[in-house]
Amino acid sequence: MIEAKRPKLELLGGALVEKIVDEGLTLLEKQGIMIENSEALRLLGDAGAVVDLASQRARLGRKLVEGCLASTPSTVMLYDRSGEKAFAVGGDEVHFDPGSSTTTLLDHGTQEERKATTADVVDFYKLGETLEHIHFQSTGLISTNVPAEVSDCYRLYLGLCLSSKPFVTGTFRVEGFQPMKDFLVAVRGGENELRLKPLAIFDACPSPPLNWSNLTTQSLLDAARAGIPSELISMGMTGATSPATIAGTLVQHVAENLCGLVICQVAAKGAPVIFGGSPSSFDMRKGTTPMGAIETMMIDSAYAQIGKFLKLPTHAYMGLSDAKVNDPQAGFETAMGAVLGALSGINVISGPGMLDFESSQSLEKLVIDDGICAMVYRLLAGIAQRDDPIALGLFEGFTPDMKFLSHPHTRQWYRKEHILAGLVDRDPYDAWVAAGRTSIVDKAHADVRRRLGKYDAPPLAGPVRKELDKIMAAYARSQGFGSLPVWER
Amino acid sequence: MIKDEFLRNMYEAIVAGDKAVSVALAAEAVRSGADLLEVIEKGFIPGLQKVGELWEQGDYFLPELISSAEAMKAAMAVLEPELDRNKIEAPTSGKVVIGTVEGDIHDIGKNLVASMLQAGGFEVFDLGADVKLERFVEKAEAVGARIICLSALLTTTMTNQKRLIGLLRDRGLRDKYKVLVGGAPASRKWADEIGADGYAENAVAAVKLVRTIAGRD
Repeated sequence: MIEAKRPKLELLGGALVEKIVDEGLTLLEKQGIMIENSEALRLLGDAGAVVDLASQRARLGRKLVEGCLASTPSTVMLYDRSGEKAFAVGGDEVHFDPGSSTTTLLDHGTQEERKATTADVVDFYKLGETLEHIHFQSTGLISTNVPAEVSDCYRLYLGLCLSSKPFVTGTFRVEGFQPMKDFLVAVRGGENELRLKPLAIFDACPSPPLNWSNLTTQSLLDAARAGIPSELISMGMTGATSPATIAGTLVQHVAENLCGLVICQVAAKGAPVIFGGSPSSFDMRKGTTPMGAIETMMIDSAYAQIGKFLKLPTHAYMGLSDAKVNDPQAGFETAMGAVLGALSGINVISGPGMLDFESSQSLEKLVIDDGICAMVYRLLAGIAQRDDPIALGLFEGFTPDMKFLSHPHTRQWYRKEHILAGLVDRDPYDAWVAAGRTSIVDKAHADVRRRLGKYDAPPLAGPVRKELDKIMAAYARSQGFGSLPVWER
Repeated sequence: MIKDEFLRNMYEAIVAGDKAVSVALAAEAVRSGADLLEVIEKGFIPGLQKVGELWEQGDYFLPELISSAEAMKAAMAVLEPELDRNKIEAPTSGKVVIGTVEGDIHDIGKNLVASMLQAGGFEVFDLGADVKLERFVEKAEAVGARIICLSALLTTTMTNQKRLIGLLRDRGLRDKYKVLVGGAPASRKWADEIGADGYAENAVAAVKLVRTIAGRD
């Protein structure tokens, strides 16, 4: 049997990949990069970088960067909360997670954006747990019922209580790291157990151009030492915080991300790192950062290709939209991004559910997008030879009244070759009218309610849950907040 | 009387966003002893007005807008010392304190507004990004500005715009200042909700708003 060919998109020619990487390395070596964290500067200096403490600038030589690339694993393994189910983040594996993160939710009833409450965050995680094509959770929705000082920690706490999936998360404050790590250690039962079976990825964003802030650098150092994978989220905005040309922005992307990678490696050799990003084609009229722009998707696909060339796991913000409601723009931008991202073999694709320049989440969009992801996985599976001969046997003794519908061959293959429609409309016109001309958004809303109704809490050992509660309460108290919202009935 | 061609060149240099030519023309004006107020009012400012029109028609985009604003600033930097020396008051539209509120490091939008205000003849005190709320008040008090512009990009930090208004109220200074807000998550509704004096959705609108508010004072 001839195996299916994995469909694959590569936007850059090999010579251009090499030139972009070469310029990125030159930028790190000659221009250097600003790192607002004294510990990282010290570690980099010890590793051979040329560090100027006064200007907080580090120049990273090629040898240092290349050595760090060599010690970075090309695949990161993530495990679900039970520690049983493994997910490879590497090669051409594709995993979707909801776009992250925002305090704003699109309310289906009013079709207005509003502040997310703890109850919304609970629904967000429960819903995510039921969506089979969205492999990871993200701490993508932030409760505004708790003080901002503890909100990074609180979102992961709720998530770990409610969901079994691996998480994409990150800190908002330097202090947030310790309790967030404590949660993960509590679930795994020990620091070493967490190192062996990572449960969450921590995002860390440089500040373009060519700067790593104290907060995100500290996150890189802390995560590397705990064996927690760091996702490097360079995010140049073409013509605003990075060069206007796509290739120019890619050079800056390479330099910023590789600096993050080096920081991780000098903190802990072999630390897991994901070559990610959230760059955008800056809108020169509105001053906004459209994630649904085709140029944004081109930058994403291209830097992921570069990440693969460097033998690193990859990530991108794709499969999301700048529309404010679930309108045609929301659908087409999301689908284009999801398809292009998956064809590019991007390992972690953050986007489903997200609207409005990464600033709003929609539960209805999340289930619609799960359907898009289902189609994407079908596309990736490609076209295989199922029979030998392919069809000649089927046509043997052909007569014009041959019935494919009732043929055993159809029963044998149709479910393997085709996925079911899900929420999209495939009714004949009259049936669609008779069914009340329901839009996909209304169907999605009904599906959200149905899924939330059938959510079944994945089992979590009592003592682990108690420990999570304890860490959360202690951290809230340490920040001066005595009580947190009650979220369980 | 300055030659029309000379004024025309200034106008065109600003419309083209050509900093080098704008500076050269300003220096030439100083050297030739031209009436600098006429240079500003009939040469450079009409150029900036044209840029505003081109933006509103959709012909100009942010790169053109900001290049013209910077050309204007550079030309003014050449003219101002000479005006001072001759004890001529430069035509100023008022003083403005601007910054991105604490906890928020995003400053692209704020920089645009600051540049446009400066080009538009305002004396702008730009405090940068991640600015402690007290500093806005201290600066405005110190320089005698009457307008405070607050930027925020994050929904988690925009609440600091509200806190600044509370801070002014606590100190009995609320009526002394006009507080204007902007940034991606801000809106007219938000401005009303927190009791701000105005909201603008982009840099050109911000200059108009500040001009209206300053004119009212």
